[in-house]
Amino acid sequence: MSALPGLRSRGGIIAGQRSGTREVQRPVGGVTASLLLWGYAAVALVPLLLMVSSSFRTNADLITEPLGAPWPLSVASYKEAWTAGNFATYFLNSLLVTCGAVLLSTSVATMAAYALARARSRVFRWLEALFLSGLMLPIHLAILPIFYLFDGMGLIDSRLGLALMYGASGVPFSIFVLTTFFRQLPVELEEAAQLDGATTWQTFSKIMVPLVRPALATVAVFRFVPIWNDFLFPLVLLRKEEKYTLPVGLTTFFGENATNYSAVFAGLVITTVPLILLFLVATKQIVAGLTAGMTK
Amino acid sequence: MRRRSGLLFVAPALILFGVFVLYPMVTAFSYAFYHWQGTTRGGFAGLDHFVTLFTRAPFKTDMPRALLHNLLFFLGTMAFQNTIGLAVAVMLHRRPRTRRMLQTLYAMPYLVSPIVIGYLWTLLLSPTFGPVNQLLTRIGLDSWALPWLGDPDTALWVVILVSVWQWIGFPVLLYGAALGGVPEELSEAARVDGASHRQTFFRITLPLLVPAIGTVSVLTFIFAMEAFALPYAFGGSTGNPAGSTDFISLLFYRTAFDSGAADAIGTSSALATMLFIIIFGGALAATAVLRRHERRITA
Repeated sequence: MSALPGLRSRGGIIAGQRSGTREVQRPVGGVTASLLLWGYAAVALVPLLLMVSSSFRTNADLITEPLGAPWPLSVASYKEAWTAGNFATYFLNSLLVTCGAVLLSTSVATMAAYALARARSRVFRWLEALFLSGLMLPIHLAILPIFYLFDGMGLIDSRLGLALMYGASGVPFSIFVLTTFFRQLPVELEEAAQLDGATTWQTFSKIMVPLVRPALATVAVFRFVPIWNDFLFPLVLLRKEEKYTLPVGLTTFFGENATNYSAVFAGLVITTVPLILLFLVATKQIVAGLTAGMTK
Repeated sequence: MRRRSGLLFVAPALILFGVFVLYPMVTAFSYAFYHWQGTTRGGFAGLDHFVTLFTRAPFKTDMPRALLHNLLFFLGTMAFQNTIGLAVAVMLHRRPRTRRMLQTLYAMPYLVSPIVIGYLWTLLLSPTFGPVNQLLTRIGLDSWALPWLGDPDTALWVVILVSVWQWIGFPVLLYGAALGGVPEELSEAARVDGASHRQTFFRITLPLLVPAIGTVSVLTFIFAMEAFALPYAFGGSTGNPAGSTDFISLLFYRTAFDSGAADAIGTSSALATMLFIIIFGGALAATAVLRRHERRITA
């Protein structure tokens, strides 16, 4: 999403050479700025910490003392949300849809990106432009035709349909990142493999794919977040509660339990935890995805 | 790679993308130009549905109001998120030891679903038990302990500021990357020539950041025009209280899936088409201006 055509060319401006010998520059703003920066870190994190700490307190406790400590620790709200609130079902659905979609878009995009990076025919330049145009398309605006397309294919209220849809919408970004990576690999590797009698498919799967593994991680991790969090598509395309993903399940739960604060907090935490875990193990990939297209 | 095997490699992605993205996207526009009886397509309608948006209730009043909210969302986000984000990025620059850590902390809220963020802040700002008002009362700011989300005058600003809070890590990262690319030699040379820090920033660094500022502005514009999940979590599909947090996407959703009107598909598609033209036109115009600026500073 951060890849607008006009901005890829920026490399020319920002790629200044850096000299090795130069006095160390003092940071802007000194101690005051340090305080501001750490103060802002608190602003970013405290609401999220409040969400977690409130989820470990009982409802009565929350109402009498909103700012109290989560002690003694109570997990009753989690039990309530997980079983009575159907979060176990929603969680599984979100996991199925998101993993399926990421797997699908990453695999088809890897194959396509390899061909786009290596084939010389003009058709491929045209196809690449077509795929990249998808980076600019606000796909949410096509929800009505998608709804009727799904209706015709019997995919309404289907987790498979949702995964196909997200898989397709991830294709442009994945191709954009992966093509850049494949282009950086030397052609000699493939030529050597071909001389040794490897087929095109073998060269691709045994030699090229392992070499772009860092890019695959970036693409998979970065696509995971928006799919996990998406709200409009499951809201429109799913009907039965047993098929709901977490964001839609959460609105149902919030509607029925608006005053059961601690259970709602538990639901919010359940929805968020997988992303926090993902972030902790893959910070680098997420940051790379956010700045894709900004730096060469 | 030979052309035939190349096409075989591209085919799965092309079919998936064609069926589920391109085809719906292209037909989305045609929907707006036909009459509809429920889900059955009738005759050619020309611009009738677009006229409806401007002349018939409830669109006559709801549409301009929602569009105004989208624009305020964009302007508010630009004013707060991008200025704070730039200031933070400048302060973080040249702090190699803490930069990565702080950037990561700032980016945390971005990960969380807008639905979760909306409900979280609804609870935090709750007038009866919310910790925010509790805190304000405790530090003696009783007069500030207001039902922020219940009041039509303040609800929209809550939505905007919460969105700014959630997304601040994005401009911090992008401006950080852009600042890392500004050659230190330029500001050193300016300093040697006797320029102050302030002059160096406004005359040297800032002009070189214009492309990055442009990117962030374009993405902010697209983001603000498509706002849906966060306002839905705060005010439901009708933009409570009293339509003060209504946005074009919410109006579209209500028209398409909640209204039950016979011509719902036509009218809502006209709305979607209008929004697409605004988004695309705005993004194209901004990109054209940026390109011209880039040519000027690279020349």
